[in-house]
Amino acid sequence: MQHREESINKDNNLTAKLNDSSLKSGVKDALPIILGYLPIGIAYGMLAVNKGLTPLQTTAMSAFVFAGSAQLVSIEMIAAGAAVAAIVFMTFLVNLRHLLLSASLSLHLRNLPLYYYPFLGFLITDESFAVAMSKIESQKNKQRYFLGLGFTAYLGWVFSSAIGAFLTEFIDLGSGGALDFVLPAMFVVLLVMQISSRSEIIAAIFSAFASLFLALTINGSWNIILATVLAAFLGVYIDGNS
Amino acid sequence: MEIVKFMLMIVGMVLVTFIPRFLPLALLGKKELPEKVVLWLSFIPAAVLAALLAPSILLKNGSLYLSLENTSLIAFFPTLLAAYKTKNIFYTVSGGLIFYLLISFLF
Repeated sequence: MQHREESINKDNNLTAKLNDSSLKSGVKDALPIILGYLPIGIAYGMLAVNKGLTPLQTTAMSAFVFAGSAQLVSIEMIAAGAAVAAIVFMTFLVNLRHLLLSASLSLHLRNLPLYYYPFLGFLITDESFAVAMSKIESQKNKQRYFLGLGFTAYLGWVFSSAIGAFLTEFIDLGSGGALDFVLPAMFVVLLVMQISSRSEIIAAIFSAFASLFLALTINGSWNIILATVLAAFLGVYIDGNS
Repeated sequence: MEIVKFMLMIVGMVLVTFIPRFLPLALLGKKELPEKVVLWLSFIPAAVLAALLAPSILLKNGSLYLSLENTSLIAFFPTLLAAYKTKNIFYTVSGGLIFYLLISFLF
């Protein structure tokens, strides 16, 4: 009897160790993500302060929203004097891709206690998703791995935006110049990473031209929303006919 | 930005960002979305990024800016190549900034 208890204890200890190693490898795998967030977060922080947010507001947005491209887009829209509803709707569209990331990730994170999901969900980004998809399969405790990965990346994002925002108080780089190219460059690489089929290329090209055309003909930022929705229908149509 | 407007914006942004991240993860263990919806959704990322990208490099003050002096437009081409070759956000964004700076010196 005593012997059996001992062996159970041993098993529990072993499991605890394995759990810990999952968390730790998650934290370790987040380091390259932080390296990537650093310049983008700093650029976001500087742009946001230059376009009229306070450093505290800039950091708060990173802490609550945690979505780089949507945050950069919202900064541009704030500077252009867009309505709150338009900014929120645009954020929704830009972040709708998380629906797909979350759906793919759900295959690896099934049947967990419910309280895990808000945390795991909040931590889904393009980067944490990409790393998790290549590494999560070999982890003993997948949820702890993803928490370690996502939360470390999250801290990296909040800190790098804070650095950019508070630095601007001391060193004013002004707006314009190379910083303005951070966002287009990020769109380019996210776009290239998203595209995996011919119909997606056609939808993207259509969307680009539609967005340009609508920007030249209607007011506000609705060109992006309209172009996106139309292009997605075109994509479905092409896929159905090929 | 006024504080009330800012708070409204943040609350809205948090909701529309959190829900698409959280719902599929919490619910899809049990059932799947309709196939057509998944297909439509699969085009959204590429479509929205292209729709954002084109005006960001081709428009200036609301009109077309097709010129060799449009640094963003010229820098777009080497940046696209870097994105295609590396498929890495960090390399592409830092490469893009370097291309942008080089081009603004050259032209």
